[in-house]
Amino acid sequence: MSDTPLLELRDISKSFGSVQALTDVDFEVRHGEVMALVGDNGAGKSTLIKCIAGTHTADSGQILFQGEEVQIHGPKDAARLGIEVVYQDLALCDNLDVVQNMYLGREAHDRLRRLKEPEMETKTAETMRSLAVTTIRSIRQPVATLSGGQRQSVAVARAVMWNSKLVILDEPTAALGVAQTEQVLALVRRLAEQGLSVVLISHNLHDIFETAHRITVLRLGRNAGVFERAKVTQQEVVHAITAGVPTKVSGIPATAGTQA
Amino acid sequence: MSAADVEIVGQDAPPAPPPEEEEPTGLSGFIQRSTANIRAGNLGVLPIVVGLIFIVVFFSFAATNFFTADNFGNIIIQMAGTTMLAYGVVFVLLLGEIDLSISYVAGIGALAVAELQKPSASGSGMSGLLAIPLAILLCVVIGAAQGSIVAKVGVPSFVVTLAGFLIWQGVIVYRLAGPGSIIIQDRWINYTGSYYFSHTAGWLIALLVTGGYAAGVLFGVIGKRRAGIPVGETWLIVTKIVGIAIVSFGVVAICNSASIQGTPLGLPLAAVIIVFFLVVLTYLAKRTLFGRHVYGVGGNAEAARRAGISVARIRIVVFMISSAMAAIGGIILAANVNSVDTNFGGGTLLLDAISAAVIGGTSLFGGRGEIRNAFLGGAVIATVSNGLNTAGYNPGTIYIVTGTILLLAVTLDTVARRLQVRAGR
Repeated sequence: MSDTPLLELRDISKSFGSVQALTDVDFEVRHGEVMALVGDNGAGKSTLIKCIAGTHTADSGQILFQGEEVQIHGPKDAARLGIEVVYQDLALCDNLDVVQNMYLGREAHDRLRRLKEPEMETKTAETMRSLAVTTIRSIRQPVATLSGGQRQSVAVARAVMWNSKLVILDEPTAALGVAQTEQVLALVRRLAEQGLSVVLISHNLHDIFETAHRITVLRLGRNAGVFERAKVTQQEVVHAITAGVPTKVSGIPATAGTQA
Repeated sequence: MSAADVEIVGQDAPPAPPPEEEEPTGLSGFIQRSTANIRAGNLGVLPIVVGLIFIVVFFSFAATNFFTADNFGNIIIQMAGTTMLAYGVVFVLLLGEIDLSISYVAGIGALAVAELQKPSASGSGMSGLLAIPLAILLCVVIGAAQGSIVAKVGVPSFVVTLAGFLIWQGVIVYRLAGPGSIIIQDRWINYTGSYYFSHTAGWLIALLVTGGYAAGVLFGVIGKRRAGIPVGETWLIVTKIVGIAIVSFGVVAICNSASIQGTPLGLPLAAVIIVFFLVVLTYLAKRTLFGRHVYGVGGNAEAARRAGISVARIRIVVFMISSAMAAIGGIILAANVNSVDTNFGGGTLLLDAISAAVIGGTSLFGGRGEIRNAFLGGAVIATVSNGLNTAGYNPGTIYIVTGTILLLAVTLDTVARRLQVRAGR
């Protein structure tokens, strides 16, 4: 695999009025990597994600996708690049079944705008099988009847189905029990095994150490370290989250594994 | 069965992986799934069908001339207008919105055809064949205007359509203040309420409905087979087709044996209109991009918006459909009495139409409901009203009974929903 990261953000700054949400933040996701993004409340995780997803536009800085500089001005730009976000609320329609949710807004249809139900059902079944989501009895049951973990799986599968290269998961396990969390984490690992890159936002260090390859820490809108999971302890990450010193003085890039 | 298996092998289709959990098949499996569904709160149309049978049996004993072929035709004609309005209401309710203007938009539709067909001083008026589409078009414009205010400006639909309720009522009263009423003489318009097909035509229509349904089901099965998706139980499919055949031929048989003062009647045109819109609107709701988006917006508008669906456009089109169906219903109701007067669109029309949709199981909170709910609800309301009239009850009783049924139906549905939430997790 090439050394060029799939996604690279350089010197991203974003302010809302007088509030400086992000200051010169660097962020990098490699091919087939699970990159955890952690930080305390208000550290700038959501803002950074929204800059990638196109909900916000950064005030300054560069975004490189597969080595090429790109402009992301809206969710459609992000989707075109192959970036999909699964927000915490999942954005599922409870009254629709799994297939209908997977295709919401992108339904397969013919010239007369009639739905191609068999095609959608087959592809959904394929996607579910490739992700080894086996706990859902029928993909024709309404999402309202699914458990929290299954709902998360549907939302992730939907993000994956559209030839996406980067899937951003916002707190995917926040509302789940132990067994269901395990289900979702296994799914995240499978995504990476299949060559997708994943950004995992979480407050739960246990989850992160279970799945992530690397961990980016933000603190007060600045970089507070990028760690290799294998070479760091939870205590060190907690320290970076709560008391990390900016790893980057203006103009000098941070290096992987740098510690304060 | 075996022929299809051979065909799949012949196409070198990849073998389907074994299902994780074998679903029980056959009759026992069907019953097992059905009871599981009912336990989980998916009552479907079961309660209303049972209720309708109960109502019919009750009035058959309570009124001597209720359970007759003649009266069956009456009920069909009486339910047609309200049911058209109720069909439109289902779409509006699917979005979690409300349209209170439909009864007087129906009035506007009726007033428009009446005005257009009215013979002018110089000669004859416009033919109904032209007047009807024009009246519907006018109401679609009204619906588009109301829908735009809801969707683009963000005024709650309750307020917009309440204003519409008053405004369109005002227009009708204003326009008819002088003449009091307009008589409808155009035969095409009046046909919607009083045309009966010949006996042979009736049988042909029954054949067409059965054949069309069977063909639709078969195409669906073939499509699924090709895609390698599990097809429902064969015996269940056959049972459904046979059921449709029995119902359609049964309805025609009853209608054909009816007569009025010795003149034999037949299948009323109103019955065909009811079934036509039932089929077309069900198709629109269930099989098209638009219909799917309506359910999506009704289920979670924010999710639909993020998925790239134009929520405003869906809302506006739904209000247009609602007004169009109101216009059609209004024309049928006017044809029933061959005139439009200042009271047109008043009385219980609005609430009957909404009740019909809701009694049938359409949720007021959006995302859940089907066109057939309005059909069954319309049948219940028309049957109760007809039965109580035939049995000679005070009109007050009709309101009390209809209200009680509405309350019962929604209570049952609410309890069922609560069970479903529990069963789901």
